[in-house]
Amino acid sequence: MFQVRIHGRGGQGVVTAAEMLSVAAFIEGKHAQAFPSFGSERMGAPVVAFCRISDREIRLREPIQNPDALIVQDATLFRAMDVLEGLSPSGYLLVNTGKSFADLHQDAIAARLSQGHAQTVAATELALSHVGRPAPNTSLLGAFTAMSGLVSLASVLEAIRRTFPGKVGEANVIAARAAHDIVAAALGRPAAAAREALHA
Amino acid sequence: MLEQIEGSKAMAKVIGLCRPQVVCAYPITPQTHIVEGLGELVRTGDVQNCEFINVESEFAALSVAIGASAAGARAYTATASQGLLFMAEAVYNAAGLGLPIVMTLGNRAIGAPINIWNDHSDAMALRESGWIQLFAEHNQEAADLHVIAFKLAEELSVPTMVCVDGFILTHAMERIDIPAQADVDAYLPPYEPVQVLDPEDPISIGAMVGPDAFTEVRYLQFYRQQTAFRLIEQMARDFRQRFGREAGGLLRSYAMDDAETVVVAMGSINGTIKDVIDEMRGEGILIGLVSLVTFRPFPAKALREVLTQARDVIVIDKSLDPGMGGPLASNIAIALRDMPQSPHMHAVIAGLGGRPVTKASLHRVFRQALIQPWEGPHFMDLNERVIAREIHRKGKARRSGPSAENVLKILERERAERAQRADAERQAAAEKETS
Repeated sequence: MFQVRIHGRGGQGVVTAAEMLSVAAFIEGKHAQAFPSFGSERMGAPVVAFCRISDREIRLREPIQNPDALIVQDATLFRAMDVLEGLSPSGYLLVNTGKSFADLHQDAIAARLSQGHAQTVAATELALSHVGRPAPNTSLLGAFTAMSGLVSLASVLEAIRRTFPGKVGEANVIAARAAHDIVAAALGRPAAAAREALHA
Repeated sequence: MLEQIEGSKAMAKVIGLCRPQVVCAYPITPQTHIVEGLGELVRTGDVQNCEFINVESEFAALSVAIGASAAGARAYTATASQGLLFMAEAVYNAAGLGLPIVMTLGNRAIGAPINIWNDHSDAMALRESGWIQLFAEHNQEAADLHVIAFKLAEELSVPTMVCVDGFILTHAMERIDIPAQADVDAYLPPYEPVQVLDPEDPISIGAMVGPDAFTEVRYLQFYRQQTAFRLIEQMARDFRQRFGREAGGLLRSYAMDDAETVVVAMGSINGTIKDVIDEMRGEGILIGLVSLVTFRPFPAKALREVLTQARDVIVIDKSLDPGMGGPLASNIAIALRDMPQSPHMHAVIAGLGGRPVTKASLHRVFRQALIQPWEGPHFMDLNERVIAREIHRKGKARRSGPSAENVLKILERERAERAQRADAERQAAAEKETS
């Protein structure tokens, strides 16, 4: 079982991100469970959502305390709470920021993780330029597929299209591919177009 | 068809497939997505011949459902927590009148203190109202139980509550098999009321009944619930045959073949318990689980049968009767009392007001029951330090203030102290590095 915890603030589509990730896993024939942290949701308040992915039926219902991957949609949360709590040493950390881990005072944490397991991407900027809204969730999911290979980019793009049919979905798909390519380039992995050509 | 879908939306779809004729909707967290989903299905025409009625309160929601059901319609509503309490009078009326309404309860704590999160306080508060109460273990079952609930309610003329853990199930997105309309139609025939208000053939429903007949009318309610046991098991078998999966029934056994220690619980907590049981079995501990699906009528006989070999029974309640302990434990104690060799019972209160039930805590409490049994209810993960501080404060001054606010203040102060300590440690480390 692979466990993902997503941190963000109300209005950033944190819960939707977990749901889309679960849909991407479902498309690949896996079992997946997405659920929010059940707070009283309000704009700007810290929000946590969870996604479990497994080849077997998922029975466990506890909140994810030891995530295999952390997606941080808002870097200001590092100052507000212990975002990194329970992150496994072999886990992944993806942060939405234009800054470096050193600028965020998180370079020690990033260095503790395996090579390539800590990445940043300016997802809000990508969302603003491609979607016109500061919702970084779809870009981060695109970037996450470049990092972890847990689910494929194609499945995530399909999940985005199912969640946001029409023009909004296509704009989010472009943002997700762009974020994927930024992280793929940082890791020396093939860009989205190259991957798709391979599977065509 | 398999879908990756939110529990509430899946329930709305399956309730729609049951062809309700009247849906009374009043929002309350965490149930709201269900009636919202149904409203959408009625609007788009996916659910036909259904009147979706926005009412002004929970009391109205069930009162309108009572009227609709008495007029011969298949009636549905949903609520939670304070909403159920607000309609309490109508809850008793629906049962007393024998109207087969189906209601989803998105289980949530009851205030005060106000709390929107999950526990079973709402279902337990009205456990004696005469409704059948079924508890869903996961979202597939939450959806499936509604098909069974309509059939059961209409067969018995007893209203049925489908209890679904709020947030934990209602807001979780999972893989769910949405049945085909043809299969639901084959399983659930159209509603044929045993009593109906019909202008062509006028009758009255809801007579005043005096001492000469009240006991008899009540006995018939009891009798109907007694006959429900066999019917509930039959309907679970029929369901498995038609849909190819388990749903409903009185109870389900897990790893029970040679179990000496048996956990009994209701609802979504059973999923996590199963994972814990697998891990403990891996260590050679003979532990099993009875997942209770039907709480009302209470299947005492079925429980006694399944617990014959048990030495220790650990009962987990997700609600609290402050003057007694856990209602499920109290009920099970009565069932065990009549056994030739009663197992030792250990009562646990867990998951109140949305407190997460973790595998780690269940491991701890199951082991403790065997090594260091306790008297009365054990409150899992109770913050004893906070309790001690608050009890101490209450002993010192008459005007010690409201408990809820005091506990929050203590927690807030402790958090601030921890943050201060962490800051000091960081600063010390930084100074050490520079020197």
